[in-house]
Amino acid sequence: MTTLAPLAPPAHRRANHTSVSRRLTSVAKHLLLIVVAVTMIYPLLWLIWSSFRANGEIFKNTWLLPLPDFGNLTNFATGFTSFQQMTGYTYPFAHFFLNTLIITVGCVIGNLATCSLAAYAFARQKFRGRSVMFAVMLLTVMLPGHVVLIPQYIIWNKLGLINTFVPLILPKFLAVDAFYTFLMVQFIRGIPSELDESARIDGANHWRIFSRIMLPLMVPAMATTAIFTFIGVWNDFFSQLIYLTDPKKWTVAIGVKGFIDSETGSNYGATFAMSLLSIVPLFLIFLFGQKYLVKGIAMTGFK
Amino acid sequence: MSALAELQTQASARTRIPRAERRRLNAKKRWDNSGYLFLLPWMIGIAGLTVIPMASSLYFSLTKYPLLKGPTWIGVDNYIRLFADARVWTSFRVTFTYVIIGVPLQLAVALAIAVLLDRGMKGLSFYRSVLYLPSLLGGSVAIAVLWKAVFGADGVFNAFLALFGIHGMGWVSNPKTALGSIILLHCWTFGSAMVIFLAGLRNIPTMYYEAAEIDGAGPWKRFTSITMPLLTPIIFFNLVMQIIAAFQSFTQAYIVSGGNGGPADSTLFYALYLYKNAFSYFQMGYAAAMAWVLFLVIAAVTGINFWLSKYWVFYDA
Repeated sequence: MTTLAPLAPPAHRRANHTSVSRRLTSVAKHLLLIVVAVTMIYPLLWLIWSSFRANGEIFKNTWLLPLPDFGNLTNFATGFTSFQQMTGYTYPFAHFFLNTLIITVGCVIGNLATCSLAAYAFARQKFRGRSVMFAVMLLTVMLPGHVVLIPQYIIWNKLGLINTFVPLILPKFLAVDAFYTFLMVQFIRGIPSELDESARIDGANHWRIFSRIMLPLMVPAMATTAIFTFIGVWNDFFSQLIYLTDPKKWTVAIGVKGFIDSETGSNYGATFAMSLLSIVPLFLIFLFGQKYLVKGIAMTGFK
Repeated sequence: MSALAELQTQASARTRIPRAERRRLNAKKRWDNSGYLFLLPWMIGIAGLTVIPMASSLYFSLTKYPLLKGPTWIGVDNYIRLFADARVWTSFRVTFTYVIIGVPLQLAVALAIAVLLDRGMKGLSFYRSVLYLPSLLGGSVAIAVLWKAVFGADGVFNAFLALFGIHGMGWVSNPKTALGSIILLHCWTFGSAMVIFLAGLRNIPTMYYEAAEIDGAGPWKRFTSITMPLLTPIIFFNLVMQIIAAFQSFTQAYIVSGGNGGPADSTLFYALYLYKNAFSYFQMGYAAAMAWVLFLVIAAVTGINFWLSKYWVFYDA
């Protein structure tokens, strides 16, 4: 006992010391993360706040306090009036939303349908030229869109399809987004092949195996594809800028761009209000689709 | 048995056995060839939207092609003109600066924050969500509009600097800093890379760290000898894909500069200049040549990246 007694306190003190220093590092870490998080999120809050502030106030007070009157929709009204003049529609922004939604949903359906078909063929079927075609598919992941841009534009122009949604949607029904095809190929490869072999012995053909066995199992990969296609197309600007020049066909992104170009564009309150409206669906995806987003990113970020 | 009889049996065998066999083989062939049906949309797409357009764009790049008149053959004149075009060089300088600074910086921030967000840390999912949000929105026109205001003369950024007594300036209207503000916008969207790194960190077995700690390795040593090497394949993959994407970036520069790549061409990204040539000046042939040069540059840089990866990417056995 007496020999042990002198030993005990230092050990105890040491443990205490490390737990204090651990706590300190933890506090410092949280502080740092909070500072980073606030810095990151501040511009977004400012966007929301400014949408409700009087135009003259926005740059006078760039802080969040005092809170704006969130019932003050003047900026939104100014924006809508300006758009009414540009488009001739009574509810211009509703049209922009609808146009964007048609394009986005069309693209999601196209990607889901054709990328999954192609992925099944690459992952599960044997036919001549498969490996060559697979390599070509992989190469197109890295192909910059600009190389095919001009001929594609000329073709759509000759077909009289500028200012329609066809150039924006149709390609997705031809499995052009190789990245998602590749993602699904990887996913299917992870599904045990005993499943389809036993179905084949029972007399199922490929279509049956694909539609009854694979598709239900591919839900996570399909959800990832759907959500990222949605975000990508909603945020797309370049192709919409090229193909949709008629204000009646504008999407929200082109609408916001058209707004800055217009006379009202110097009205920052209205510009912010219109910008904010244009990304509301992305906020909704963020709020309700988090689980799929995080899983999906992890899935797409690996090889 | 005579030779003739032998031949006859052989012949009949050739017809008899294959009958059953052939049916089986036909079924197998039909089974296998249905792959082409599944691939039909993709094959139409690859031919109609990739291969043929690539060939035509190569042809157009050798022509003078005002959109309304159609192409006239001029040989390699577009390429010669391109290399003599000072704005092409400017746009290359702008784009390379963006790629070389923006992409590694964003990945470094993403990695640092991911490492900071330890596993099992309190509030992890909260931090992850908040830090991820900007990368979901970052590609949009709305955020580019916002950015222009944040870094404007009376924007949020200057208000923040004023807290420290620093008198700011109009960052997006100054040719020296406009590109920097767009690079910052790119860094602001580090969230999705961070989430990828977080998932990668979770795949590293804890026992590696425990063993290193027992051997007396400090946090920095553990980071450089365990975390970094095991993450290099993920870092490499993201680096390659992001560089390819960054070479083509367009939206932010277009919106922040009001569509002209200014001030003084300081944000004239290559893709923006290409767009202007095609859709403002309607020089389709010249724009096609620019596209092909961009393609070759991206291919070369990607090739160099893969070659360099031998020296730093660690592939676990």
